[in-house]
Amino acid sequence: MKATTPRQDLVRGIWKENPVLIQLLGLCPALAVTNSVENSLAMGLATFFVLLGSSVLVSLLKKWIPKEVRISAYILIIATFVTIADLVLNAVVPEIHKALGAFIALIVVNCMILGRQEAFASKYPVGRAVLDAAGTGAGFLIALVIMGSVRELLGNGSFLGVPVFGPDFEPWIIMILPPGGFFTLGFILLGFGWWKERKAQQVRPRRWPHGVTTEVEEAA
Amino acid sequence: MTDLFWILISAMLVNNFTLVLFLGLCPFMGVSGRVSTALRMGGANIFVLTITSVVASFLNAFVLPYAPYLRLISFIVVIASLVQIVETVIKKVSPALFRELGIFLPLITTNCAILGLAIFQTNRGYGFLEGLFFAVGAGLGLTLALVLMASIREQTELADVPAMARGMGLVLILAGSLSLAFMGFAGLFSS
Repeated sequence: MKATTPRQDLVRGIWKENPVLIQLLGLCPALAVTNSVENSLAMGLATFFVLLGSSVLVSLLKKWIPKEVRISAYILIIATFVTIADLVLNAVVPEIHKALGAFIALIVVNCMILGRQEAFASKYPVGRAVLDAAGTGAGFLIALVIMGSVRELLGNGSFLGVPVFGPDFEPWIIMILPPGGFFTLGFILLGFGWWKERKAQQVRPRRWPHGVTTEVEEAA
Repeated sequence: MTDLFWILISAMLVNNFTLVLFLGLCPFMGVSGRVSTALRMGGANIFVLTITSVVASFLNAFVLPYAPYLRLISFIVVIASLVQIVETVIKKVSPALFRELGIFLPLITTNCAILGLAIFQTNRGYGFLEGLFFAVGAGLGLTLALVLMASIREQTELADVPAMARGMGLVLILAGSLSLAFMGFAGLFSS
């Protein structure tokens, strides 16, 4: 693996290696609970907390965890933090806890969290594990809020529960129903694909030094 | 009897785990490229779901009333070790089947459909038999979604898709359309 600077540890998870939008990890919660901005925020923050907590613990304990049972050990650590998050959310914001339902408990099997433990926290010192977890967690939170905003705006005509479009707006109910989740992420990925394609086409001719033409350009 | 039947149908179609409840999306996106692999993955899922349901009923009945806060941790530990045991047993008993399922079995541990099943079953207060039907229905539903998706993807491989839609974008839009179709089953219960 290439050596990275602490700054890269923090920043890459937010955009370049965004867990949901680029790596397509942790899709289940990203699609299931993003029918409103409020739920997306709660889910994003809970996942952020679990990721940060387990990264710190895994990084601290990495010398004592035997290699053979490491995955089970990570899962146990993650499950502990999820139980904490579950109980806290239930006590502080019971309505949101109810709306998110089983998906709070299902943070345990979010492959993004286990992936970060295996790929990063178990190999690096605590400080950098914290940066990596914070970056990845923030990237997850941002992706969830983007999806939640699109779906709530179109499906309910509101943002954080406040009506935006006025009384004449006919909400696109489908956006807050399950298919809307697939469609929203699908169109975001189509957008990325379009952007990449455009960038590739712009870059290609400039790669050649002055006076050198490609076969395609000669033919044209 | 009719109750059990409706639990099965509901878990399979109306509340399809993959397309309506968004559980187990990783295998849905990952191994839906070929119909044959999709079928095998579905089979492995039905198998593990059924065993998990039995064990979850057992835990709910005898262990968890005494320590409810251990629910999540005990479920995940049981599922992880269960998959490990199943893998070892299949390897010993039928090496041929092991080769067929090999790669998919460990993947199932982090499949949220399995843990989701245990949690839903508990939340709804299903007993042993109800849980069993729920698990089989959920497994059949997963398999159905996987096979449908795989058949569509085999077709799109030959289609001339615009460059920007190649890859996951197209798969997600297709999944959205399938999900839209499955919403039609919601009408089954109103009559």
